[in-house]
Amino acid sequence: MSAAPLAAEEFQAPGLNLFEWPALVSGAEWFNKPALLAFLAALLVIVLCFAAFSRPKLVPRGMQAFGEYAYEFVREQCARPFLGKDSDRWMPLLFSMFLFVLVMNLFGSVIFIQFPVMSLIGYPAILALGVWVMVLFLGMKHQGPWGFFKNIMFPPGLPGWMYVLVAPIEFASTVILRHVTHAVRLFATMMAGHLIIALFSEVGWHFLFVELSPLGAPLGVLGVLMTIALTAFELFIQALQAYVFAMLTAMFINDALHPAH
Amino acid sequence: MNVLAEAGGNNPLIPHPAEMAIGGFAFLFVLFFVGRMLVPRIQKTLADRAEAIEGGLKKAADAQKEAQQALDEYREQLVEARHEAARLREEAREQGAQIKAELREEAQAEARRLIEAAHAQIEADRQQAFAQLRAEIGRLSTDLAGRIVGESLEDEARQRRVVDRFLEELESDARQAVR
Repeated sequence: MSAAPLAAEEFQAPGLNLFEWPALVSGAEWFNKPALLAFLAALLVIVLCFAAFSRPKLVPRGMQAFGEYAYEFVREQCARPFLGKDSDRWMPLLFSMFLFVLVMNLFGSVIFIQFPVMSLIGYPAILALGVWVMVLFLGMKHQGPWGFFKNIMFPPGLPGWMYVLVAPIEFASTVILRHVTHAVRLFATMMAGHLIIALFSEVGWHFLFVELSPLGAPLGVLGVLMTIALTAFELFIQALQAYVFAMLTAMFINDALHPAH
Repeated sequence: MNVLAEAGGNNPLIPHPAEMAIGGFAFLFVLFFVGRMLVPRIQKTLADRAEAIEGGLKKAADAQKEAQQALDEYREQLVEARHEAARLREEAREQGAQIKAELREEAQAEARRLIEAAHAQIEADRQQAFAQLRAEIGRLSTDLAGRIVGESLEDEARQRRVVDRFLEELESDARQAVR
């Protein structure tokens, strides 16, 4: 993709340039491949959900059965463990979020697309930022502006002097850091996965096609095999991270609605 | 080295505002169409389905309860019917006994009546026989006496007088003999 196939002498591992994309249309700097993929992901999610849920039947068939399976997975695995009876109220957000993140991630394993959009920090960041704002608002609404921070910073049952330590740590962790890691976790796993797959496929490409040599060929074969194995692994990670992202969102919402124990 | 050099100008941890805007818009689309329009539909369908299933279960439970009730009712009726049958049997037995007693009494009364009637008949027969016998004896006696004394006692009135006298004598003799 990047490093000089024309020069072709030396193997060069793919780097962060994998995540820099030129504009697709000159003049619109923002409109690059990931932007196109983001809109494509949104469109895909909307179309699939329309196919599944536009006219839902009491007895599900085809797409609806599939969609319900996804819906019930999110409800039972992400929402229920944290939100319990409030689950249904938050399912629109959680289900949309899960599907959007899932499709954005899975793009990394789709041939010709092969780019997990969530490996660009901006995309997970805006979702995490939205969740952060919403959680702060909900927390202050349900526990009162002072009660919200008090419940976070002064968990009951500790000796008084401990609060000197606990209060700032709890504040930083609950109000700021966990929302930062919410975005970074998704971004980092996607980025690392994409880098590793790019590395192994580059190894395969370089040692089998660009510079075939008796010593390099086994390495090239290893690269191809690793690419296949890691793509399978990535599929799992991509789905897992979408699940984790939605589940953490449910957890944050619950912490805002009810003070932590 | 290469990686770091390239990363220098463009830190991957700093979000790009254009990415955030695009991601935000894309997600808002999803949130509007999927979250706002479609999820409520499927939630309603799932709720309807749960209700339909619960309704079916409730209906089945109701039917079972009704069947149980009917069974209990039938059992009760059966027990009642048995009691009724026993009662009727008892009553019939009593009635039978009563009827038997009445019949026996009637039969005894009838028998008594017959016996009395027979006695009366016998008495009447006896009287009749006695009367006939008396007439016969009279005639025989006159015949005999006539033959013996040779005197014809053709005249009725005399004949009777003689017979009566004879009989009275006989009776008085008999009475005296009894005494």
